[in-house]
Amino acid sequence: MTKGLTFSIAFHGVMILLTVLTLPFMIRQPIDLPPIVSVELIQISDKTNIPYAPKARKVIEKVKEKEKEKERVVSEQAPPSAKAKEKPDRIPMPDVKKEKKQIVKKKQNPEEIKPEIRQSSEFEKKEIIDTNQIAALIDKAKEEEVQKKVENKKLTQSSVKNSFAAGLTLSEEDALRAQIFGCWSVPLGLPYNENLLVRIKLNLKKDGTIMKSEILDHERMNKPGQKFYKILAESALRAVRLCQPLKVPPTGYDKWKDIQLNFNPTEMLKG
Amino acid sequence: MKKIILILFCFFVNINFANSLIEVDITRGNLDPLPIAVSPLHVDPKSEKYKEIRIKELGDEVSKIIENNFRDTGLFNPLKKDAFVQKPDIAHLKPRFEDWRLIKAQALITGKLLVKDEKLKVEFRLWDLTASKEMMALAFTTTPSNWRRVAHIISDKIYERLTGETGYFDTRIIYVAESGPKDQRVKKLAIMDQDGSNTKYLTLGNELVLTPRFNPASQLVTYLSYFRNLPRVYLLDIETGIQEVVGNFPGMTFAPRFSPDGKKIIMSFAQDGNSDIYTMDIESRVVEKITEHSSIDTSPSYSPDGKYICFNSDRSGRQQIYVMNSDGSNVKRITFGSGLYGTPVWSPRGDLIAFTKVRKGKFYIGVMRPDGTGERLLTENFYQEAPSWSPNGRVLIFYRETKSNSKGEGFTAKLWSIDITGYNERMIVTETDASDPSWSSLLSN
Repeated sequence: MTKGLTFSIAFHGVMILLTVLTLPFMIRQPIDLPPIVSVELIQISDKTNIPYAPKARKVIEKVKEKEKEKERVVSEQAPPSAKAKEKPDRIPMPDVKKEKKQIVKKKQNPEEIKPEIRQSSEFEKKEIIDTNQIAALIDKAKEEEVQKKVENKKLTQSSVKNSFAAGLTLSEEDALRAQIFGCWSVPLGLPYNENLLVRIKLNLKKDGTIMKSEILDHERMNKPGQKFYKILAESALRAVRLCQPLKVPPTGYDKWKDIQLNFNPTEMLKG
Repeated sequence: MKKIILILFCFFVNINFANSLIEVDITRGNLDPLPIAVSPLHVDPKSEKYKEIRIKELGDEVSKIIENNFRDTGLFNPLKKDAFVQKPDIAHLKPRFEDWRLIKAQALITGKLLVKDEKLKVEFRLWDLTASKEMMALAFTTTPSNWRRVAHIISDKIYERLTGETGYFDTRIIYVAESGPKDQRVKKLAIMDQDGSNTKYLTLGNELVLTPRFNPASQLVTYLSYFRNLPRVYLLDIETGIQEVVGNFPGMTFAPRFSPDGKKIIMSFAQDGNSDIYTMDIESRVVEKITEHSSIDTSPSYSPDGKYICFNSDRSGRQQIYVMNSDGSNVKRITFGSGLYGTPVWSPRGDLIAFTKVRKGKFYIGVMRPDGTGERLLTENFYQEAPSWSPNGRVLIFYRETKSNSKGEGFTAKLWSIDITGYNERMIVTETDASDPSWSSLLSN
């Protein structure tokens, strides 16, 4: 009887000890769940009208292969290309020049973190590809622009753009721009393949009214063969005068009392 | 020492920033019609009578024509005369700019006229009201019966000054005037000013006439009519009224059009179920075959430089548009979209080709680049075709038919115009039903 009781106590004791001691070790590590990504659910009937989904899969596979190849290249101590380092989820900003600067920086820094392939829907993956392509396109467009500048040696818009550095915030600049958009009736008959940039320098009062306006390439107005330039310049001046008082910030008058507006209708005329 | 250098550096950077000019890029504007005030022209009291023209009202009439021309472009908004603040004669000397600005006008047209010694002298000025200055001043002298044309010429000059584009107001349109029930239609050749006035009929309506086309370089017209029950291409001199059959072709000739220099006629000639494109020199009457294919090649149209020809052909199985060199070499298909493409017409500016497209029972008028890219359908309807360009390549004129009922009632054919942007679609009022319009070049050139 005593022997049996002792055996039972010992057995249960061992079992409790085992449970207490071993179970913590048996607990699995928490599953490392990837971040939740919204996936658009689309009901797919027998005939689907989403032709790009399989294409996107192929492209993604290609990208994965490329990534693997790049890893191999890195192990051979070759610097990875800058374009591959573009973050997949970055949004191309409208300011092309800044984009270019960032890319250049990356080229000089081969140890930058590689893009991670996140878990995402087919559509997001498609976007990933697109952003890379867009970045490449921006690159290309930028190169072409630079080439044009070199070839033509003509005036271009704000070779060094100072609006942020000197006085206007982004929203202030946008407000001013939107105001002038509303006042400028673009002459629609102008040719879109000519360099028709009109630069107007304004001298403003504190309330935004114009003290003095000056067309910076004034001599071009009365030159023969510059009919279109003259018409554009006149329309720009009309816009500025109609718009006054301009929407300028309440402070920092010294910074914005002189302001230069670059009127370029090319984008609009091309439609 | 380092601190001093750093302070100096910061100081210079600060100066640099302080001196730099803020730049803002303006890349967009509005497309609202420009508010413009057209003051009635002041009639000089010394003016003499001339035939049946009511001289006293001429100033008002001229300003109305200018106003209508501008309104029809869709680019200008002529303001109501009730709001005008200055008398025409005083405004013509020097307007009170601030008063005109009050009614939101941005440009002002003033003028005066004098009829003396059987001559009409018209003077006009265009004022920039925001800049408070004169933009343009011109004077014309002509016979008083030409007063409508003077109004159109003034409109052209102002339009060009404000938009940078050549005008298209001093032009005429030739078309087929239609009357009678649908199965017994009488078709006459008619000509009118671009605004629909001054209609004149050039044929009596005994024979069926189709596809009249203006010579871009003169007052010649080519069209299709029937001769011994065969459709044949004719040539008509509007000034003299003389008409003649073009070329001595044994079969049917159709779809004629002039070359840009006006020296040749390009057309289709059909025989044994096959049609090819031919040209004929108007002076020497030398005929040249341009295409040689077993399919139906028709509706040829030259590019404005005369180097290329666009046409439609069913050589691919369906009617599509092709472009080739003017000697017939290097034929390239440019349309690949679904539907049928026809009546291609090259823009006088050279940058676009207008066409008619038929798809799923609907008719479209559209434009595309000469390489076939950038197709834009401007308007859709039950039945419409035959686009023709304004001389500045800005506006297209075409005709549109309405559906008739089982008894043949309710059928109409009217001329319509549309801007190449797809806006400003409007009907051109004609005395009768009308089809197959063709726009002349500027008469004053």
